[in-house]
Amino acid sequence: MSLTGSTRRFSPLVPQENAGQFFSSGHTNNWAVLVCTSRFWFNYRHVANTLSVYRSVKRLGIPDSHIVLMLADDMACNHRNPKPATVFSHKNMELNVYGDDVEVDYRGYEVTVENFLRVLTGRLPPSTPRSKRLLSDDRSNILIYLTGHGGNGFLKFQDSEEISNVELADAFEQMWQKRRYNELLFIIDTCQGASMYERFYSPNLMALASSQVGEDSLSHQPDLAIGVHLMDRYTFYLLEFLEDIHPSSKANMNDLFKVCPKSQCVSTPGHRTDLFLRDPGSALITDFFGSVRKVEITMETINLTEPIHSFR
Amino acid sequence: IIVGVPLWWRTTETYRAWLPVSQINELSNLQLQLSAEVEVVFARGTVTPEQQKKVPLTQIQDEEHTVDEDTALRYRYETKYRTATIMEEDALNQPTAAEADLSLHTLSESPCGSLVVYVIPESSSLLPEDMDVYVGQRRTALLRIGAQMRVGKTLDQLLAHLEPRIKQVLQVMSFSHTDISAALSDRVRLSPGNKESIADSMRTFKSSPGYEITFSLLNPDPKSHRLHWDIEGAVQTYIQPLLTKLASVANFSIDSQTLYYAMLGVNPRFDSSLSAYTLHSDSLAHVINPVEARLGSNAASSNPVLNFLLYVPDAHHSPLYIHDRKKQEVPSNAFHSPRWGGIMVYNVNGFYGPEAVFPVDVNINMAKVMGVFLAQLRLLLGVQSSTAPSGFLVAPCGSNGLADWELDRLMWSRSVENVATATTTITSLAQLLEQIGNIVINDNIAEQVSSAVTSLQLAVAELETGNLRFALQYSKEAILASERAFFDPSLLHLLYFPDDQKFAIYIPLFLPMCVPILLSLLKIVSDARQKRREKQAKKD
Repeated sequence: MSLTGSTRRFSPLVPQENAGQFFSSGHTNNWAVLVCTSRFWFNYRHVANTLSVYRSVKRLGIPDSHIVLMLADDMACNHRNPKPATVFSHKNMELNVYGDDVEVDYRGYEVTVENFLRVLTGRLPPSTPRSKRLLSDDRSNILIYLTGHGGNGFLKFQDSEEISNVELADAFEQMWQKRRYNELLFIIDTCQGASMYERFYSPNLMALASSQVGEDSLSHQPDLAIGVHLMDRYTFYLLEFLEDIHPSSKANMNDLFKVCPKSQCVSTPGHRTDLFLRDPGSALITDFFGSVRKVEITMETINLTEPIHSFR
Repeated sequence: IIVGVPLWWRTTETYRAWLPVSQINELSNLQLQLSAEVEVVFARGTVTPEQQKKVPLTQIQDEEHTVDEDTALRYRYETKYRTATIMEEDALNQPTAAEADLSLHTLSESPCGSLVVYVIPESSSLLPEDMDVYVGQRRTALLRIGAQMRVGKTLDQLLAHLEPRIKQVLQVMSFSHTDISAALSDRVRLSPGNKESIADSMRTFKSSPGYEITFSLLNPDPKSHRLHWDIEGAVQTYIQPLLTKLASVANFSIDSQTLYYAMLGVNPRFDSSLSAYTLHSDSLAHVINPVEARLGSNAASSNPVLNFLLYVPDAHHSPLYIHDRKKQEVPSNAFHSPRWGGIMVYNVNGFYGPEAVFPVDVNINMAKVMGVFLAQLRLLLGVQSSTAPSGFLVAPCGSNGLADWELDRLMWSRSVENVATATTTITSLAQLLEQIGNIVINDNIAEQVSSAVTSLQLAVAELETGNLRFALQYSKEAILASERAFFDPSLLHLLYFPDDQKFAIYIPLFLPMCVPILLSLLKIVSDARQKRREKQAKKD
């Protein structure tokens, strides 16, 4: 059985049109690594923070297969939760950020510094399933969001260990050496968060933090029925900002830097763009938070005829 | 102290196996030589009998390029000239170029990585008027002499006239500087060449030992359409030959699935002039994400996935056409996304009339569908060449969807890409291990690194001699070994000990011990001094 006559119709690609749209950014896919580094009931707000960012990122188009979510995941079914199977982000209980389709990749005691660094650098044991890996390449834009309790130069993981800003910077450098990202946006919502991005030295990194060194990040509002603070201020206003973004929005990073000024946040959010090669004004929010695919029209086809059976 | 200090040193030392650091440093400076062999055969009527006697000769040309301070390229073209044999002349007498190509192929098969160019006289009717070069399906090309060579000239002038054309043929059929520099992108972040090459490099999947291809049939309206597609047969007939031919480049695994009630996620607009629904190219970018969440993937492997989706619009939104930016209908009714895959919209409203009983059985024409998917697959794998120079007539790809010279092109760029990636991986690993003294280097890592270095050296040597197949194989081995070494789970640097923390550990242990020792030493010294003073005093 063989194919007879495959002719190829030649219509030239329209180079300008197709190539033009590739230039706004150099990425073809998006990944997100969202980490909540605290456990225990009184750290409810950190889980709510992470889940809110998770929802926004999913809504804007990044699929679960491209999100690595690390949570202690002990809030929704905690004995002290008066509304089981829910995690709310606002005191009027408007939005249940836990919902039906939350896919947590690292839960409970798996959220450790070691696993976090392994995910970032890709040094996972061969038996790790695909959903737990960060399979980014040199054309991936990655969003990394960390929240929890932190201090000057470190971030506390689950009350038992810490990650220092030097280790984080080294991990990013290893990612750069192996070309595991095109551009990386790093957001951290902890006390003294700006200290965590001080030591970065790899190119194409942009960082935002909720507070400067010496300042504490404060929580937004307690809910009297649930009994704990529901969200942190910076992430609350970040979420409000993201709710206005839809997949074809043209808002850029400069708008993101204006989120949560001192009047609302009490702490001073900081950002760092000196390592970022593009101008932040040209980087769209959807470059990191969403997943807008580039498409090309298929101009050529191959004309395949039905196979002809040969006589025996 | 004599016993204690060495013991303490040995027990707190980290085990680091030996690495061939000097060889790695040599590799960081990459001097690649790519050799291509071209055989130029003169047919009857192109050279005079006196020239024929001089013709069997060989020329070697070198072209040097310095890409950056660590990377240099040299292209070596070895051109052998000869005259055609009787059998080749018979083959060239065929009526069309395609038949000539076929009969030439039956005479002899060129080895991988080499080319044969047949120079035919200007009077030959094998090529149409405005075309000078015919690129065949295997590794042959037909080159027609230009008009200025009609009157007998010297052999040198003939060769000089042919040289630029032969160079162009080489660039189309073997490798061109743009392709190779694009393949080096891991090592060298080049400033944007032209828009075309950037788009090409972003679209093509990076070199990987394996790929997964998934074919999905999306049926949003099972109540109206009952779709039948013979995917297994279609893959076996149309796709598998291509993948078998590409077996030396990568392994492929194929699966397929059918998704029901999967919507596109964008609302098509009704165009009354066409009485059809249209999707504008701007909205295509938002089609992929809602679908992607439902696609699933093979959990066991980390290979890149190519997704090909066949979407059959629901009965209420049929027929559905894709329009490009100029509001023109797209003949293939398909689009693709770089490094992801392709989507084709297949309208079935023509298969049944208005009085049909739902659900309607529809047999999908797999030849048409696979024609589109095959073209998209070629684009995504990097097989599709950029537009050929003017005057070139390129034969359609053969029955396996891939011409021999296209395979060679792919092999050249993949080998170079693999070598570039493996060298950067190994050199950055060596740098990392040197900088961080606390990482343990196990024996298996050292073994992987050594084997990667050996494979790299072999690959570079094979590229020099022009053995393309071996070069690709060694480069693949080098990549596998270097990736395994770099991503070994044991290489995790968790032992970040800033110096003040080191002091903080040792001081509480040693200070209490040191205090009495120091004090007693002081006492001994002051006693000795006292005794000496007393001796002095006694003497006097």
